[in-house]
Amino acid sequence: MEIYLIIMLILMICGSLFSLHAKDLLSAVISYGIVGFGLVIAFLILQAPDLAIVQIVVEIITLVIMIAVLNNTTHQQEESRFHFSKMLYFAVVLIFAALFFIAFNKISPLLSSFGNHTTRMATPYMHGATVTGSANLVTGIVFGFRAYDTLGEATVLFTAVIGVLTILRLKGKKDE
Amino acid sequence: MIPFILCFILFLIGIYGIITQKNLIKIIIGLAIMEYSVNLFLILIGYINGGTAPIITHYTSANASFVDPLPQALILTAIVIGLATTALLLALAIRLYRKYGTFDIRKINSLKG
Repeated sequence: MEIYLIIMLILMICGSLFSLHAKDLLSAVISYGIVGFGLVIAFLILQAPDLAIVQIVVEIITLVIMIAVLNNTTHQQEESRFHFSKMLYFAVVLIFAALFFIAFNKISPLLSSFGNHTTRMATPYMHGATVTGSANLVTGIVFGFRAYDTLGEATVLFTAVIGVLTILRLKGKKDE
Repeated sequence: MIPFILCFILFLIGIYGIITQKNLIKIIIGLAIMEYSVNLFLILIGYINGGTAPIITHYTSANASFVDPLPQALILTAIVIGLATTALLLALAIRLYRKYGTFDIRKINSLKG
């Protein structure tokens, strides 16, 4: 099972690299779709069907919004010349990569190796899910024990929608 | 250990995109890639070898092992919030395009002191 997961992850890495280096913005968005749909299959391999359903819906909506944005604006990209600042940015990326790699090395002994996880935190929830009577343990946890999470999520979602409507309103103030 | 490292590389690619790219759409794509890799990392931690999806059916035996449902419940929330932030960023990008006529962040500089 792990080999399929590794293949999907390598496909996602290739898709993200191509997406950041594509000449045309439309092909960048399409190859960003490779990452999202690869994530759907990775979730299915990791036995998380609820997440796969949510992710496929979210990915399609994101792609539709992105392509709509590009349709209303442009999908040409200005050529970027190679000069000194690009070297500087590359150095910054290398520094970030080194820092994150050190941090990853520090935390990796704390992680149990892949596939040998022990459910310390989730055990009370898993017993409790029989109390809530839900056949799906994930929705049992979300709505039975962590309903405030969903309330906060709805708050963030509505705030974002209000923000989008405010930014994209057709009429501005009078002095514009 | 290899899936963890590959997921970490995906995160680094997101950071690389944010720092080096000059186009607003590509910066947003880099942010979204980082968010995906974090979601995937938490699910990777919760995976158990031989575990099944945490759904109880008539065919589930009494001592069947499930994968950890708690990270799945938390990531379910995080995915939707990620969509909301991406939509907000794209709205800002389209607004900037109407004002300046370009997505290039080197030309969007009239707020510079």
